[in-house]
Amino acid sequence: MTELLVKNAHVIDPLSGINGETMDIAIRDGKIVEEVSAAAEVIDARGMLTMPGGIDSHTHICGTKVNFGRYMSPEDMRAGRTPRRGPMHATSGYSVPTTYGNSYRYSVMGYTTLLEGAMAPLEARHTHEEFTYTPLQDTMANTLFDGNWSIMEAIRDGDVKRVAAIIAWTLSAVKGFGVKLTNPGGTEAWQWGKNVSCIRDPVPYFGVTPAEIIRSVIEANELLHLPHSVHLHCNNLGTPGNYTCTLGSLGLAPDLNPRRQTLYATHVQFHAYGGSGWKDFSSKSEPIANLVNMRPQVVIDMGQILFGRTTTMTADGPMEFNLYRLHHEKWSNHDVELETGSGIIPVIYRRKNLVNSVMWAIGLELALLTKSPWQCLLTTDNPNGAPFVRYPEIIGLLMSRRYRDAEFATIHPDTGSRVPLPAIDREMDWYEIAVMTRAGQARALGIQDLGKGHLAPGADADVAIYPIRIDEVDPSADYQKVIDGFSRTEYTIKRGRVVARRGECVVHGSNSTLWVRPKVSENYDMGKDPEFVEKFDRYYTVRMSNYPVQEQYLNRSRCIETETEL
Amino acid sequence: MNVKDAVCPFCGCLCDDIEVEIEGDRLVGVTNACELGATKFLGGERLKSPIRREGKAWKEISYDEAIRYAADMLLDAERPLLYGWSGTHGEAQCVGVHMAELVRGVIDNTSSVCHGPSVLAIQEVGHPGCTLGVVKNRADLLIYWGSNPIDAHPRHLSRYTCYAEGFFLENAFRDRKVVVVDVRKTQTANIADEFVRVRPGGDYAILSALRTIVRGKTDTIPRMVAGVTRDQLIRVADLCLNAKFGAVYFGLGLTMIPGKYKNIRNAIELVTELNRHTKFTISAMRGHYNVYGSNEVNTWMTGYPFAIDFSRGIAFYNPGETTAVDVLARKECDAALIVGSDPAAHFPRRCIEHLAEIPVVQLDPYPNATTAFCKVQIPVAVTGVDAEGTAYRMDGVPIRTRKVLSSDYLSDEEVLSRMYALMQEALKR
Repeated sequence: MTELLVKNAHVIDPLSGINGETMDIAIRDGKIVEEVSAAAEVIDARGMLTMPGGIDSHTHICGTKVNFGRYMSPEDMRAGRTPRRGPMHATSGYSVPTTYGNSYRYSVMGYTTLLEGAMAPLEARHTHEEFTYTPLQDTMANTLFDGNWSIMEAIRDGDVKRVAAIIAWTLSAVKGFGVKLTNPGGTEAWQWGKNVSCIRDPVPYFGVTPAEIIRSVIEANELLHLPHSVHLHCNNLGTPGNYTCTLGSLGLAPDLNPRRQTLYATHVQFHAYGGSGWKDFSSKSEPIANLVNMRPQVVIDMGQILFGRTTTMTADGPMEFNLYRLHHEKWSNHDVELETGSGIIPVIYRRKNLVNSVMWAIGLELALLTKSPWQCLLTTDNPNGAPFVRYPEIIGLLMSRRYRDAEFATIHPDTGSRVPLPAIDREMDWYEIAVMTRAGQARALGIQDLGKGHLAPGADADVAIYPIRIDEVDPSADYQKVIDGFSRTEYTIKRGRVVARRGECVVHGSNSTLWVRPKVSENYDMGKDPEFVEKFDRYYTVRMSNYPVQEQYLNRSRCIETETEL
Repeated sequence: MNVKDAVCPFCGCLCDDIEVEIEGDRLVGVTNACELGATKFLGGERLKSPIRREGKAWKEISYDEAIRYAADMLLDAERPLLYGWSGTHGEAQCVGVHMAELVRGVIDNTSSVCHGPSVLAIQEVGHPGCTLGVVKNRADLLIYWGSNPIDAHPRHLSRYTCYAEGFFLENAFRDRKVVVVDVRKTQTANIADEFVRVRPGGDYAILSALRTIVRGKTDTIPRMVAGVTRDQLIRVADLCLNAKFGAVYFGLGLTMIPGKYKNIRNAIELVTELNRHTKFTISAMRGHYNVYGSNEVNTWMTGYPFAIDFSRGIAFYNPGETTAVDVLARKECDAALIVGSDPAAHFPRRCIEHLAEIPVVQLDPYPNATTAFCKVQIPVAVTGVDAEGTAYRMDGVPIRTRKVLSSDYLSDEEVLSRMYALMQEALKR
């Protein structure tokens, strides 16, 4: 039995309804408990902002495309090197760090749970291998279904239960957590070098539209009672005028689940563009935020960009090729048979560039114009908008109008006429930041009942203690203190033990992987469905028996079994 | 007893539809594999136990002794080299990286003498690729450039490309066109619709000419380019532009000729250009069954696919300096651990001469050319036969190889983990 007592912590724990109370947190054997014995190790957190461990609900940290981002970018690897030190292994990389680099840097910022945003089922084993080397966070993977042949065929046949059955079989096989649609239909079209323009444009050969895919997969997701909702990367990312497509997509979501949203739309900044071309490019954050404000069934994340160099990577292959044609940097693409695709290019976001300046404003506007922080979560779509190590800057920008104005003064001078940002006075408070960086994520992912994102007795003892005295710091004026404080915890506690202290990771760690196994009746077991099996045998290049990810790949497997309607 | 869907641990095709017949503790039959794969499964005479060189003779020693020797050797070395890794599973490769980091050694894999130039090209211009099944289901044009799959990757054509059933092709065999570019008429050239015979060293010029034609500047092409007529180049460019889906597979005939990575860069840029017109992909024909896995493991753990030098604590990468051949040729390294490869059969003479002068430990099931340079060789189980573990196919698809036989041999991972534990213990003291 190991016990730990965090004394005098200044706690913000939104899921428990705690907003700035000084209290003790008792921990035994990795869980939060009511009280511990006098023998417990004590940490004095007097005056320090203490919150549940951070959760990133959309980040790219592990798997085929992330690793290819590293593989093709020795210049990025050189930009962030640390030697082996104590229990910490050597790390490399700035925008796409090595797995240890990701894990240590997230841990130092107080993050304890990460969701990899896009895992191709065929290559899932790779993602899980990298998870094992991401030792200081619990991990889970959104699984890509955007170009899945069997699903598109089932949709064409109007059989939503079959869609659900295919998702159930695949999630169980590849040890996936949630259902991800990246440019639905577009990734299949891209295997012919084409794309779909918006949600009513049929996918070549399969004939179904993105709208049909989104709607059917949402229904299927709810039939399976999955913890998380469908996680959507809308069609048409990055193109001027795409906000109408985004409004159309978000409008497709019915309100089917009382416990959480029915649709999670990710990195919406990239989907909130007005204009008919780059010349009249403008922000359309307002109509998007207005729609979200009216629809509790939708949660979005920001996808904020910050100026500087980074690497873009997504399953959205056609978008990356378009981006390549704009930037003329190196371009990688990786299509995955019968399932999805991906693309990677490095980019630099520049203050002097008008489009980049507008993009910067849009992300902030989405967060500031969405009334409920539970409905707009803080992300950069790491590393697409910026590397996650820059999250504290975003917190600073959201909490300080003064900081926003100071930054605004440095960006392209024409930005003001194209964005509403200068007129927005809102400054977020500590509680809202806690929602946007952990509590909101836990609820949106449906993992609060698994003890994530809060500090009530029974919860996982994942705690972030920041060296910030919130009663003394005025975030509006002292934004640099906010940034510094969120950049480096005093203590990060994972599963009940201190894993990071003032910028150093102090243990090797050992992650858990959360995954979902929907329980379906025999009739809906696709592993025994003759048509599904035959298709697999004929058109995949891996045998069906070699496709499922074996349990050996899951370090501390946490399987979530769901009761389904199949 | 028959085991179905076994995974072949020979080449980068990583065929996973092999059926093997087991009688007792012996593998007696192999179905579906090519000749190379079947030979690997059926195996040969293995070493019975670890051996140590004593004067001119070999002495059998225990695993404990052998592992201790290797651990001490690495700990004593000032600049140890940990080389090979392409012929073992990923779990063992991960231990290898940790070991290299601990002793501040150089870790490199066989890419440095095969597709290293391809990696360098990709680091300059990226890589438009795809999994093999995308090609199987869609490609109506295949280009094998400086590669000869009939000899080197015998099932590539039947399982993944020309002869494989394709969803979007009515008659895959007839509907696909094949172009072979090579300096000599290989077996694969015999099945080509268009065989482009290049003058040795002329590939770069041919690639540039094709790029020029694709960009619409055909007038500037001379009548002959590197032994190839302009007419043929125009025909090939037209085949590319008119294809619905084209796939280029290149081999050492493009990476290991004069121009090296510049050839690959040119080929990738041709493919990128073609993507403005139609769908095109390009991929390397990787040799060892898990050479790509070694690149992947090194990358997520250190940031670089090969040639990693930990001598300054950080991971440092500079191919040409930190590659095994260079470290050996400069006579820098003072101990070498070789795993899953046979450098003595492939490295330049100067490198092998240096290997002969330093302590070398090799992990390999079989005696090979490198055995002659070893102080100690430790026999291990064969991944895919009597050991299991992860391998990455040439297109990046990870597959778990199966253990189809039981044996008393330890796997590479087991041997290396014990070695690593001894090293950690010694450094704690």
